[in-house]
Amino acid sequence: MLQGAKQGCCSLPCNETGNSLAHLGCSWAKEKRVQVSPPLTRGPSAFIPENEVMQANGLDERTNLLVEEYSTSGRLDNITQVMSIHTQYLESFLRSQFYMLRMDGPLPLPYRHYIAIMAAARHQCSYLINMHVDEFLKTGGIAEWLNGLEYIPQRLKNLNEINKLLAHRPWLITKEHIQKLVKTGENNWSLPELVHAVVLLAHYHALASFVFGSGINPERDPDTSNGVRLIAVNNFCVCDLANDNNIENASLTSSNFGIADSLSELEALMERMKRLQEDKEDEEASQEEMDTRFEKEKKESLLVISGAFDDEIVSTDVSRYIEDPGFGYKDFARRGEDHLPTFRAQDYTWENHGFSLVNRLYSDIGHLLDEKFRMVYNLTYNTMATHEDVDTTTLRRALFNYVHCMYGIRYDDYDYGEVNQLLERSLKVYIKTVTCYPERTTKRMYDSYWRQFKHSEKVHVNLLLMEARMQAELLYALRAITRHLT
Amino acid sequence: MPPAVPPGSEPASRRGVPASRPAMEKMSRSGAALGGAALSGRTMFCHLDAPANAISVCRDAAQVVVAGRNIFKIYGIEEEQFVEKLNLRVGRKPSLNFSCADVVWHQMDENLLATAATNGVVVTWNLGKPSRNKQDQLFTEHKRTVNKVCFHPTEVYMLLSGSQDGYMKCFDLRKKDSVSTFSGQSESVRDVQFSIRDYFTFAATFENGNVQLWDIRRPDRYERMFTAHNGPVFCCDWHPEDRGWLATGGRDKMVKVWDMNTTRAKEIYCVQTIASVARVKWRPECKHHIATCSMMVDHNIYVWDVRRPFIPSAMFEEHKDVTTGIVWRHLHDPYFLLSGSKDSTLYQHIFKDASQPIDRANPEGLCYSLYGDLAFAAKESLISSDSNRKPYIGDRRHPIFFKRKLDPTEQFEYISSSSALSVFETDVESGSMDWFVHTAKQYALAGRPLAELCDHNAKVAKGLDRNQVAQTWTMLRIIYSSLGTVSSANLNHSMGKGSAALPLMNSFNLKDIPTGLGSESRLDRSKGESRTENILLDSSSTLINNEDNEETEGSDVPADYLLGDVEADEDDLYMMDHENPHAEEQEYSLPQEAFPLRHEIVDNPSALDHLQDKADSPHVSGNEAETVSLTPVESFSLISISHSLYENRLPSDFFNPIVRDTLLFYAEQGDVQTAVSVLIVLGDRIRKEIDEQTQEHWYTSYIDLLQRFQLWNISNEVIKLSTCRAINCLNQASTTLHINCSNCKRPMSNRGWICDRCRQCASMCAVCHHVVKGLFVWCQGCSHGGHLQHIMKWLETSSHCPAGCGHLCEYT
Repeated sequence: MLQGAKQGCCSLPCNETGNSLAHLGCSWAKEKRVQVSPPLTRGPSAFIPENEVMQANGLDERTNLLVEEYSTSGRLDNITQVMSIHTQYLESFLRSQFYMLRMDGPLPLPYRHYIAIMAAARHQCSYLINMHVDEFLKTGGIAEWLNGLEYIPQRLKNLNEINKLLAHRPWLITKEHIQKLVKTGENNWSLPELVHAVVLLAHYHALASFVFGSGINPERDPDTSNGVRLIAVNNFCVCDLANDNNIENASLTSSNFGIADSLSELEALMERMKRLQEDKEDEEASQEEMDTRFEKEKKESLLVISGAFDDEIVSTDVSRYIEDPGFGYKDFARRGEDHLPTFRAQDYTWENHGFSLVNRLYSDIGHLLDEKFRMVYNLTYNTMATHEDVDTTTLRRALFNYVHCMYGIRYDDYDYGEVNQLLERSLKVYIKTVTCYPERTTKRMYDSYWRQFKHSEKVHVNLLLMEARMQAELLYALRAITRHLT
Repeated sequence: MPPAVPPGSEPASRRGVPASRPAMEKMSRSGAALGGAALSGRTMFCHLDAPANAISVCRDAAQVVVAGRNIFKIYGIEEEQFVEKLNLRVGRKPSLNFSCADVVWHQMDENLLATAATNGVVVTWNLGKPSRNKQDQLFTEHKRTVNKVCFHPTEVYMLLSGSQDGYMKCFDLRKKDSVSTFSGQSESVRDVQFSIRDYFTFAATFENGNVQLWDIRRPDRYERMFTAHNGPVFCCDWHPEDRGWLATGGRDKMVKVWDMNTTRAKEIYCVQTIASVARVKWRPECKHHIATCSMMVDHNIYVWDVRRPFIPSAMFEEHKDVTTGIVWRHLHDPYFLLSGSKDSTLYQHIFKDASQPIDRANPEGLCYSLYGDLAFAAKESLISSDSNRKPYIGDRRHPIFFKRKLDPTEQFEYISSSSALSVFETDVESGSMDWFVHTAKQYALAGRPLAELCDHNAKVAKGLDRNQVAQTWTMLRIIYSSLGTVSSANLNHSMGKGSAALPLMNSFNLKDIPTGLGSESRLDRSKGESRTENILLDSSSTLINNEDNEETEGSDVPADYLLGDVEADEDDLYMMDHENPHAEEQEYSLPQEAFPLRHEIVDNPSALDHLQDKADSPHVSGNEAETVSLTPVESFSLISISHSLYENRLPSDFFNPIVRDTLLFYAEQGDVQTAVSVLIVLGDRIRKEIDEQTQEHWYTSYIDLLQRFQLWNISNEVIKLSTCRAINCLNQASTTLHINCSNCKRPMSNRGWICDRCRQCASMCAVCHHVVKGLFVWCQGCSHGGHLQHIMKWLETSSHCPAGCGHLCEYT
């Protein structure tokens, strides 16, 4: 009943947004005529059938974990449900999230949730906003703040700039930004507080990527007994971005011709992976070649999406939490502009530098994040679609490094030619959208890559993208803080 | 009673002070003599064009190679300066092969260098080549960044590398490919080092905290492995003399020295630094000295004596950014250290210019014994310098001299340090803190109207013969709970009625006190009282006293009350108070719209709200209670005093500065208890007068004291009532309760009711024999328990434990 009411409320703005997205988001012109319908799917995700999410997969361990989560937080949100496909990861994810939101830390609890709101708002992720509006009020936040940025203390407002940069162009963060925030004065941030805030921001930017990337459905919360929540939910209309091309997709995915096609795609991909793993030094690339390959990847990422998104419609419910809504991701390597120095991964690594700094200023979070990054990087089931016993290392590394590449982070010891060989174009489109403009992700994008792969594998991809993005943001922010300190 | 040995004196004896200059210089010469060529020079530096990643020295100690992402140069070390000898980075657009993560200069062949490139290539360089490009061989076998390269100490052609991909490779420089590959079976290799003494052994350190020992002849399996650190082990170094010692440094900020001679690697020394350890290098000719630099934040280079892990024996503070490479200039010379840094400088540090933190530290120790005696140890020189001061009576001096036998092999000689130990005995009487405990237990801090709180506390203080404190409470009551609350109409009214009902004597008394003098004389008296007991209470002061304690006194017995018999009446009065507080409570928990409900930043709003309620309530209640309970026959002098003040139009915060000074005075005197109690009772009225930090300081001191006396409940109450953010959140820290399984006695990690290990339901209800989820109550005596409801019900009818163990459980 409640669900129905929600949808009723949604229908109008959804139409709008959906249309505009269909219009703007995809270059496929035919989509303009697509009728918008309310989400067909039930369950936690609009992209993934409910039974897929609930599929038994190490059932015992998984239920244990979910039960535990339920007993600590009193609910099981859709994110958790979708992530629970990857139980191992979920555990470290929840642990770190719990720590940064609820355990001892430099920032007061309502602040933390408000920062989460601010971060999610950069990507217009109403799902996360709703969730944290609720939490914010529960932890005793001042309801007035929810009216928008004009109502919050100056100190929080000062965080806007760094939030904006971090979300869209983290490479622009300099030590001056940090200095401005920590400079002694009435509204200054202490370094531990700032680090806590940065970790939260990065976490929620990345989580927004996951939410859109996996098409997380709005919560159907049964226990909306308190009025506040109900209002909040109704206020922030939950637009399901996935619904703009549901119908068409249904036909697309079910067509037989696509499957035959993708089967051969899969074979080819595996063949390439094998080749890369076996004889690496066969095609010894010269230095210049390597350089150009990185540059090429960087440049190519430009072409992946045509940049005509400028007139985006942001609902007022979300826009009240953001300043300068027009500021978005701009390609790191746009041609003809000032050359920004590439971030050399080896000069500032998470393991050596980032960890030490973060852990020093906000104790223990370093270990939790470290574990999470390590977990996601090494997570594998040695399967690819229908095949088993596959070493997916190269593929995972390609995904991870491609995200970093779009943020201008370069690994000296990586041949970016691999990215080109392993990641097909539709996947690149998806990656780029999910990491840089998550709010534009559509079900079509989700479906159009790796058609043979299981949903759980696609969720795995999303996890990789999310963590790679979080690490990239953290690296830039922490490097700026380090520079400020020296 | 034997004097307690202060712990501070021990380090004082162990900690040495380095040798004086002349001695050191002498050593320097002899050290140099060992190397063959005399080393000399000064602390100097040169600018590099780019940040350095690693440095290495030539065998002859006259050249140093600096490598980094954008630099690869050889510098000659001369007497006064560094001179650039050679730039190995040639070509217009140098390739990534030049981007070095590590560099090493062969200690046998001065023409041979090897670098580890960030793109995973191992490059060797031959300086003997005639061409400009000295690049010799290129090994591209590693898939990831190579973190470390290492030449065999005695074998010319053997090179070892460790990489991010988790492999170590051994190269024979005469061949094109690696001769053997060692798989660490784990994450990236951070450091590899050939053992200096054991020809075939090398150590490798890993990102996951492990250290492995390998035999170069057996690539299939490591010889041994142990976990050295929590988190990555960034570096290791074999001791140059002692074959069994390996030093490791990790991200966990530790430097550990391992004795590898035993079957299990044994940690023999551990130094805790302040930042993750990037490099460790044993100091030549000094068995226990080791140089370290850190990866992040800390830019200094430290030289530690591993036996004294608390304070570095020398420190070089020249660099402005993190130091990335350190190397001792000569294998046998302990006085010259070279270092490269991210700040693009190359330094030569001379030991005699090092700063020695030990010089600045005064070895002093201070300790209380069980019986309150205080022992204090310090350098003798410090103690004797003020010997003209009259010794304290309780002072028993024990001049104890600690002398350390000189170890002839020691490079750093310790000058014999002597310390004096003084013990101050406390006499039992004065040291008694019973009053503190009693006061803490009996004070009421919240939950009642301000006036009542003050009265109660005054009585408590008085009961313990602390008259000054008692007076303070009384005054606070007068200041804060009667001001501005009595409207003039009301006052007149009560005056009128009062005068009608009161005997004549009272009005007479009133006349005796000059207006405005009332409070003044009280002040004087309070001072006097602290010395002597009241000699004489004249009628007026009796009156005032009465007024202080009066609150709900009925109008029927005013005369009796005023005439004395205070003690008995007071008790009755308080009994009454305790019995019927509820009626009044209704009144002072009135709607609070007028008050700001929330602090701006709230950690735990529910707790704080609660607290604010309490803090506010006396205020409200003060007003309410006063106006309401001002019965016609309210004690007379109270009215007269407040009346006079009222007429002077004094705002209620007029006295704030005085109160503040009072609190400061008490805190200064060491009676932080009074200060904090008043602070809590007065709440918002006084809080803004005293700066946050002072308040916080008081709170922490008081809480500390309470905890020392094991008054946990009271300390908790104080924490709860405090309005300081920092104090308030003390209660929110470490609120986790860990439980063990009742079957296997191991910690239950997942859920409270089922144990993962023994798969049994751990917490069964003793009554219904079902699993308890939710509220679980158990007896601390026999540890049986169950559902709260069930146990409650059970114990209503039976006094024995429901489990049948025979224990007489109690439920309160």
